[in-house]
Amino acid sequence: MNPTLERRVGMEDSHAIALAVRQCNVDVVAAYPITPQTHIVEKLAEMVANGELDAEFVPVESEHSAMTVCVGAEATGARTFTCTSSQGLILMSEIVYIASAMRLPCVMVLANRSLSGPLSIWCDHSDVMSIRDCGWIQTFAENGQEVYDLVFHAYRVAEMPEVLTPVILNVDGFYLTHVVESLLVADQEVVDRYLPPYRPRYALHPDRAVTMGAYGVPELFTEAKKAQDEALRATYPSIVKAWQEWGDLTGRHYHPVETYRTEGARVLLFTMGSIGQTAMVAVDAMREQGWPVGLVKLRLWRPFPHEDLRRAVAGAEHLVVLDRAVSFGGPGGPVASEVRSALYGQAGAPVVHDFIVGLAGRDVAVPDFEAMVREVLARKSAPRHEDYVIYGARE
Amino acid sequence: MTDDQGMTTCGPGCGWPKPPGQPLPANLNVYVSNLIPREEYFAAGHRGCQGCGLALAVRLALKAAGPDVIVVTATGCLEIITTPLPYTAWGVPWIHVAFENTAATASGIEAALKVLRRKGRIPDRKVRVLAFAGDGGTADIGLQALSGALERGHDLTYICLDNEAYMNTGVQRSGATPFGASTTTSPAGRRSIGQQTWKKPMPAIAAAHNIPYVATANPSYPFDFIQKVRRAMDTEGPAYIHAYSACPTGWRSATDLSIHIGRLATETGVFPLYEVVRGRHILNYDPPVLQPLKEYLRLQPRFRHLTDDDIARIEARVWREYEALKRRAEFDAKEEKRLKREEARVRRLARARAKGSRE
Repeated sequence: MNPTLERRVGMEDSHAIALAVRQCNVDVVAAYPITPQTHIVEKLAEMVANGELDAEFVPVESEHSAMTVCVGAEATGARTFTCTSSQGLILMSEIVYIASAMRLPCVMVLANRSLSGPLSIWCDHSDVMSIRDCGWIQTFAENGQEVYDLVFHAYRVAEMPEVLTPVILNVDGFYLTHVVESLLVADQEVVDRYLPPYRPRYALHPDRAVTMGAYGVPELFTEAKKAQDEALRATYPSIVKAWQEWGDLTGRHYHPVETYRTEGARVLLFTMGSIGQTAMVAVDAMREQGWPVGLVKLRLWRPFPHEDLRRAVAGAEHLVVLDRAVSFGGPGGPVASEVRSALYGQAGAPVVHDFIVGLAGRDVAVPDFEAMVREVLARKSAPRHEDYVIYGARE
Repeated sequence: MTDDQGMTTCGPGCGWPKPPGQPLPANLNVYVSNLIPREEYFAAGHRGCQGCGLALAVRLALKAAGPDVIVVTATGCLEIITTPLPYTAWGVPWIHVAFENTAATASGIEAALKVLRRKGRIPDRKVRVLAFAGDGGTADIGLQALSGALERGHDLTYICLDNEAYMNTGVQRSGATPFGASTTTSPAGRRSIGQQTWKKPMPAIAAAHNIPYVATANPSYPFDFIQKVRRAMDTEGPAYIHAYSACPTGWRSATDLSIHIGRLATETGVFPLYEVVRGRHILNYDPPVLQPLKEYLRLQPRFRHLTDDDIARIEARVWREYEALKRRAEFDAKEEKRLKREEARVRRLARARAKGSRE
């Protein structure tokens, strides 16, 4: 990239998100305060107050209304932004499902935080897993630079005429909201080249009256849901294309599934979100000791990239899936169970080992990865599908 | 239709020719029904029950609103009867999102209209936002979203269509169900009179937000109804209208009596017609004498289990509340005059002081 079109700055990740939202020139911001999302909206409120962002900032009385305001504004043709965490997400979840069913290209940053109870403000993925099936495109970021970049991608993809599907960008609470990082900030010219102005196909306006949100009789409901599912699956090439375009502009490339030192690896770690950064350090350390270990990172959670995943893990013997949520009474962590589904019946697929880690911000450090790999290699037989370990829990 | 100056004005789309730049003189106000716009924005053929008061209220409200409007509707009867996919009864842009968030949806639309107009992305003219929700969607589950929208000061009109229970789900009681009414979740029985609580005072709750315009309206009084919707929509900022909405299905009343029952609601003092304009209460219609409550209740089998003693007890409360409202309106009118005198006095003093300091 032309060095004059970007500059390196030190910035809190939350402020990088706010900056990216501003550079996307959003029209309406609606949010309700919840830790650890607060710094993002505070910064946006400040930008609106100072005239740096020409938008309506709607300080709603709940997350349910935050999502609703975004739905109403999107339906009127505005580009919107909201962000939330944890309890806020599950309070708004009713409307989250409706936004995607109405094909409104909302963008939400979800500062991932554990669900209560007991109450905790710290990071895990139980919040996003609670709305796994909400019909939004769902991506994960790993560091501040990715957080910043993926905001643009979210708007670019969501508003593509062939996509028109809302996007959740998952950023790990505190790890990717409250950390100050060095990152490259794109010039507005780059953003403008990447993200065209939003031109909705339908909008609420008297010049062209439309009815939105009609109810579905049983004779039509199944077809409506099939259409929605097909539409979400069909977003995959657009998502990849939008990452390609960003890569061409900035030199920073993103993929649905990314790998790190997987060549010749017998054991693969499998992560989503910021934990991948530590995992890379752990892989380096283990490789140095001669362990054949690599890392696979899932960036695109919905639509689930089955083929990319199969390709990425091909040839490995063990796949160590790190889940940051529990599916109580179910088959372990939600990520592991989806990975197992993707690999089921595949000849030569690696054995899936499920570790639930990092609940509510519990640290997962380099020695922890080593311990998990050691445990996997020591296993005399493959675990049953429903087996999982809640790693590090004191008895 | 008369405005504050006593002049007859011509509303959008009405049958009267409007002289350019000047209102019609009041003495032309002879055939008042001619002033109701002929345009229909609410199509016939929707699936409302016979005698549905809500459908009439919505039809009148849309006539009052005219074409430059975006309508929001809560989940409920109105949504169900008008939009079974792929049909629609709406001739104006319309959206339904969910049950409890009507006011928030309207907030989002209003915010979007404001910013898009400012940024030149939509035509530069006023488009108004009109929200409809039922009594459950307003007084119970939607109260938080409504309170937020009123407090934030969005420029919108919110009409609560009050049929006094959750009719769409099968006549369950709401916070707006009147005392003594039998519903499916407050059934009258050997140990219950039916609804055991008194109706939540939604207009007062809305007015307590210090919004510029609150009114009660009743489609049995169509001209008053239309005038109030127009006033609400012309008000800058949030306006709340609490609309009476007869429901033969839920009230077990005869379908041809909805208008009559609505008239009785106001004439008995059960549903007085009043406005709260910038905090000032105005009683729009004060019957010479309140009709006996029994006349109203006996037409609605939801009340048929009530004894004469029960009715007397309810009537006493209705009359007390009506008298309180009347006194409040009288007080506000006097207070308004006093405040105007006081303001004039302060202005005179300030002028005199300014004059003195110059000399």
